Amino acid sequence: MPYLGGEETVRELRRALSNPNVQSDPLRYRNTILKVIRTMSQGVDVSGLFSEMVKACATVDVVQKKLVYVFLCSYATLNPELSLLVINTLRKDCQDPNPMVRSLALRNMTNLRLPSLVEYVEQPLTAGLRDRAACVRRVAVLGWAKLHNLHPSSEIDAAVVNELYSLLRDPDPVVMVNCLRALEEILKEEGGIAINKPITHHLLNRLKECDIWGQSEVLRVLQRYRPQSEDELFDILSLLDSFLVSPHPPVMAATLSLFLSISSNLPVISLAALERVSGPLLAACGSGSREMRFAAVCHIQLLLRSVPGLLGPHYKRFFCGYAEPAYIKERKMQVLVELVNDENVAMILDELKGYCTDVNTDTAQAAISAIGRIGRSYSDRCLQILTGLLGLKQDHITSAVVQTMRDLVWVCPQCSDTVCLALDGCEETLQDIQGRQALLWLLGVYGERISTAPYTLEVLIDRVRSEASLGIKMELLTATMRLFLCRPAETQDMLGRLLHYCIEEETDMCVRDQALLYYRLLHCGIEKTREVLQGRRSDPSLGVLIGRPAKPVSQWARCFNTLEPLSQGAVEAESDRSDSAMRCSDSSTNVLASSIAVDCAWIEECVRCPAVLHCSPQSLQAAMQLVNIQTLAFTPQQMLPWRVYLYTHTQLRVSEDGQEEEEGIKVILNQQPKDDDALRQFLTILITVLNTLGDTGQAQVY
Amino acid sequence: MISQVFILSSKGDHLIYKDFRGGAGNDIVSIFYEKVTALTGDQPPVVMNHKDIYFVHIRQGGLYWVATTTAGSSPFTITEFLNRLAALVKDYCGSLSEKSVQMNFALIYELLDEIVDYGYIQTTSSDVLKNFIQTEAVTSRPFSLFDLSNVGLFGAETQQSKVAPSSAATRPIQSSREQGGKSEIFVDVIERMTVVIGSNGLLMKADVEGEIRVKCYMPSCSEMRIGLNEEFSIGKSQLRGYGAAVRVDECSFHQAVRLDEFDSHRILRLCPSQGEQTVMQYQLSDDLPSALPFRLFPTIERDNGGRLLMYMKLRCDLPPKSAAINVCATIPVPKGSVSLSQELSSPDQSAELKPQSRAVVWKIARFAGGTQLSALFKLEVPSLSSASMLEVGPVGLSFELPKITATGLQIRFLRLSPIQPGPSQRWVRYVTHSDSYTIRI
Repeated sequence: MPYLGGEETVRELRRALSNPNVQSDPLRYRNTILKVIRTMSQGVDVSGLFSEMVKACATVDVVQKKLVYVFLCSYATLNPELSLLVINTLRKDCQDPNPMVRSLALRNMTNLRLPSLVEYVEQPLTAGLRDRAACVRRVAVLGWAKLHNLHPSSEIDAAVVNELYSLLRDPDPVVMVNCLRALEEILKEEGGIAINKPITHHLLNRLKECDIWGQSEVLRVLQRYRPQSEDELFDILSLLDSFLVSPHPPVMAATLSLFLSISSNLPVISLAALERVSGPLLAACGSGSREMRFAAVCHIQLLLRSVPGLLGPHYKRFFCGYAEPAYIKERKMQVLVELVNDENVAMILDELKGYCTDVNTDTAQAAISAIGRIGRSYSDRCLQILTGLLGLKQDHITSAVVQTMRDLVWVCPQCSDTVCLALDGCEETLQDIQGRQALLWLLGVYGERISTAPYTLEVLIDRVRSEASLGIKMELLTATMRLFLCRPAETQDMLGRLLHYCIEEETDMCVRDQALLYYRLLHCGIEKTREVLQGRRSDPSLGVLIGRPAKPVSQWARCFNTLEPLSQGAVEAESDRSDSAMRCSDSSTNVLASSIAVDCAWIEECVRCPAVLHCSPQSLQAAMQLVNIQTLAFTPQQMLPWRVYLYTHTQLRVSEDGQEEEEGIKVILNQQPKDDDALRQFLTILITVLNTLGDTGQAQVY
Repeated sequence: MISQVFILSSKGDHLIYKDFRGGAGNDIVSIFYEKVTALTGDQPPVVMNHKDIYFVHIRQGGLYWVATTTAGSSPFTITEFLNRLAALVKDYCGSLSEKSVQMNFALIYELLDEIVDYGYIQTTSSDVLKNFIQTEAVTSRPFSLFDLSNVGLFGAETQQSKVAPSSAATRPIQSSREQGGKSEIFVDVIERMTVVIGSNGLLMKADVEGEIRVKCYMPSCSEMRIGLNEEFSIGKSQLRGYGAAVRVDECSFHQAVRLDEFDSHRILRLCPSQGEQTVMQYQLSDDLPSALPFRLFPTIERDNGGRLLMYMKLRCDLPPKSAAINVCATIPVPKGSVSLSQELSSPDQSAELKPQSRAVVWKIARFAGGTQLSALFKLEVPSLSSASMLEVGPVGLSFELPKITATGLQIRFLRLSPIQPGPSQRWVRYVTHSDSYTIRI
């Protein structure tokens, strides 16, 4: 039996193609060629039929020609010698009286992508630039760009560049836009086409003739232009004003980009443009195409960074439709959170509450965390909803609620009473790791107010042998330690059991190291332990929702109308930075690294602490976390000097760059704003931790 | 700039693959499909990337329409392009489906060749394209009762023949060439409603997005004039008198529309090109002129046997002569609902429990205006608690209201000038869809 798309099929097709009977019947011939293309687009390799297809190319039937060209362009690179045979036919077609045939031949000649054929192509291309028919000129102009990219290193003929520049004045708008595109590619090394005043004004005047694709292209290229005077700037802006409210999102977005880039030092203008564009953007949010909606919502998020109140009255536009895909719902909720104010908070919370029980667990969890974000300003209403949700006793909802509560308590310590009351009984429903970790953290930090805390922990400690997750074990250790400090009588016994298990039986080095660290810490006395362990339990300085300062437009103008706002994680990085400092995400690393600004204090200090070299980065990270220092990044272990970047956020921002050499650690501190006392304090804590770690490290080396 | 365009079926079959810039491996399609299938849920994000190749895709007609591009490209342009491509394919092939794309792949390659050159969009205007596209569309016409309705009973001019069969507008535009005489023009007023009704029955939000679409099968048509209601007004300030003004908040027009008679007589003038185009778009928020089409009166309680009783009364407030079709209410129910027993007020309804989407789906094929239907659903939920009631609702309603516009926009007349030689038919159709019609419980 022949396999589908196997060699048998190719052989069959070859037989049919070379059959004189088939060749003499145009309809059968064309159908056979159709079959070849169909097989090709199904992913079968039909390159073996190349020579037969070359023969089929010589025909008067335009449809057949087009089909053969589809084939030839796909396989030409595999058969450079045979492709030479096609060139003749193509060159003959370039002389055809029918402009459609000429443009077709020219386009496919340049699409073969064979460097060896360049010499044959140049002459017809030059002729094509002066062709009577616009459709041939369009193809010829782009043809030069294709040719150039085959030999990117080769010197391009100055005459051609000049001709392309002069074709910017071609009567056909598509030829004009294609010239722009071709010159951008050919002159890439020189920074693209020279955008001077005459060219700019010429392009702007002809903008109305172009279709929406041409308009967006021209507007994009013009972003490089800098008007020479304020008058000129305002002339351009008023000329473009009608494009700003275009019903076509591509044109609207490209115009706004241009506005933002040429008026970058006139913030008033930028803000006015943002206001003007909000109408069409909102319309795009209700577009019939959900992908377009998504793009619009993502860009609205950018706008809101600079003008938080911009869309306040239109918050209802961001209510989710029940059939909308999860990715739109998630973004819409993020926008809703930004738009909350005293008048609409009840409506928005009511709406969000409905999403919390969504079938899609991602949507439900996003809704719950959105409520948590609103809770930073309206904590009572939100906590009421969150506590209500716990009653559902569903694992994914409970997990999201507990995590949200942890984040909320970190920012608003006044919520802790309600949260402590609500937590009772959650441990039975919680299944996933993040949720249980959040619960453990809350139990540790607010243990003295949750009457059942020791018993909850005890159950977990009894089951620690069957616990698979590393994170849970570490969190359990810390929580038990913290609880021990405030309720020693109830906890002492179980802490002993837990430490014993972790030090004697646990196989994971991270957990073991941490347990050893605690064990030694306890040896240093209860006061010392308290100092290290009872760090801060909240950070009210982190983002209040309302009255957040507006960020300058320039911060995001660069990525407006690109794919960046639509990618996943773009928003996460943004929110993580203001989110709780308990967790540290990789995505915020470069944000922080770059935000270490000029006016900050630098201190260099050497600490003698050889043993740190031997301890694993994970245990260093764990130890640092106890004192609320975040490890941002470290170099691979074999690298010398080994570096680790730390970061902490107290009342001040201190960031540290430790450089380890053979016998000592060089600590470079970098602080913003300057405060020497805090810096000294930080250094002492750091040294204590490093020394403690050093002891553990030696124990590990034996 | 677009590097490649490909069309995949929902099962991942390669239907169309076109590489504009060269240099990318053939495995790019499989990389995309792997990314799509690796995700849980059926809704992959619009933009995904693999190293520095970005995939932008849309879903239409159950197919993935994908373009690969670079990070700096405009998402609006790429999505709009893919939407436009899908619309063109629909125009040329008659309908959008895996089958029609498969049968017309040669035509689609030809289209792509003309639309995009070297990754740059050249033109998407069907007026320009019709000169270049030579391949004829292949259509599969399934046997349909609608075709029979065209035959006419005993040659009599029945009432039926005044209604265009619903399949009339799903044919390729080019077929008008050889069918010759049958030149038709369809003007559709399509509105989408987004409504949220609070649990107290108050209207929380009502939006209408509408558009006038012209679908033209005329080989040549010099000018068309569309007359809207004379009392049509835009924006809040223009409200005048006590008449039943038809008002929209915002309104935008296709570039080709000339508006010189719009201010005085509400007439749109345009020269339609072949195929489908949106002539006018408008929006209205919060202030609907007519009553909402549906009201729901739910009663939900627990009986002592651990069952959940949902008594639903649904009232259709359309004018008595009109009716809603394909009404479907989705009622989310508590997790763990095992079985459903139902009492429906009339036999043409149906309801079933969909455990996967955790909802009861109540379907009504036709719902006449001014009537009321009721249903009693008894759900067996083993772990029913008082908190489970939180999980019931909000109810999502989807429906179609033929011959009705929510804004009241009407087309007064449709004139073609010069008068077309030969028989030409003009159709005006109105329909209101539910975009999202949510009733909280």
